[in-house]
Amino acid sequence: MRFEKLIRVTGVGTAAVILLGMSGPRADAQMGAKTVSTASALSIPASARIEPAALQAILLPGGAKKPLVLQVGSHVLFEEAHIPGALYAGPGSEARGLERLQKAVAGMPKGKWVVIYCGCCPWTHCPNMGPAFAKLRSLGFTHVQALYIAHNFGRDWVNQGYRVESGK
Amino acid sequence: MALALGLAWGVPLTAQTAMRAGSALVGRVAPELVRTDLGGRRVDLKALRGKVVLLNFWATWCGPCKVELPKFAAWQREYGAQGLRVIAASMNDTQAPVRRYADGLRPGFPVVMGDAKMGRAYGGVLGLPVTFLIRRDGRIAARVDGGADLPAMEREVKKLLAEHGNGR
Repeated sequence: MRFEKLIRVTGVGTAAVILLGMSGPRADAQMGAKTVSTASALSIPASARIEPAALQAILLPGGAKKPLVLQVGSHVLFEEAHIPGALYAGPGSEARGLERLQKAVAGMPKGKWVVIYCGCCPWTHCPNMGPAFAKLRSLGFTHVQALYIAHNFGRDWVNQGYRVESGK
Repeated sequence: MALALGLAWGVPLTAQTAMRAGSALVGRVAPELVRTDLGGRRVDLKALRGKVVLLNFWATWCGPCKVELPKFAAWQREYGAQGLRVIAASMNDTQAPVRRYADGLRPGFPVVMGDAKMGRAYGGVLGLPVTFLIRRDGRIAARVDGGADLPAMEREVKKLLAEHGNGR
């Protein structure tokens, strides 16, 4: 309880110092423990997040360098619709999913720009993003970003009119 | 022209338009749903005309889903005699965790395995949970995305059950 009160009073900066991997008012509102397990998406620092609008702009044809986009959630949902060009590399919440993720990036330079996403359910409940992010960092990848999907992929990507494709 | 634009960046128009069709299904007859449940029994939505159907898309890794399902099980017991029929369609990638969960919950309603095709048919299930309330005449009365306001949903269920008196 003492830590929650401190977060409300001091905001993002102190929260980040005191609470491993925590930042932002959204994360603060969900906090209930001294540290956040890597099982939680809340463990991903705000500095590593990328908003859907920003990623959508980056992925438009032409122009700038593109990241490797990996969906680390449900394969059923991936098959239904995913970001064009994304590869399936999940689920992050399971050992077999993390193996799949490791295989997906095997042999790539550690500076490779990788964006992971899920969108199975609200960010605060996602069981896949935290472990996937932690896995990539543990493998030595230095430029990993997490697509911040506050609600779900349908609402925060598809319903915004951003491009999708279907299939395995 | 629209087709050309749609294909400009890996966008099968059918996927994009299907994804945004979710709310457009309200008022329309629910798409066909014929599956075999975990117990090997045939589930045919069309055969449930005359009943009020609560069709819930969920998954074992979805925290908000597991808050709702026991409630839906309680509603099935309480309102079954009035004509409520709950169907739970799991969007898990594999059956084993669904079986384990269902064996523990003993929901009293059919649990079927959903898939991408079913999700697309229902206007895009790209985040969980998603619940459809279907009238006795087979038309969709409501689509609820995300964890529901369960008291409000229960009121809606009761209103639908009252529309044509007791279940047949």
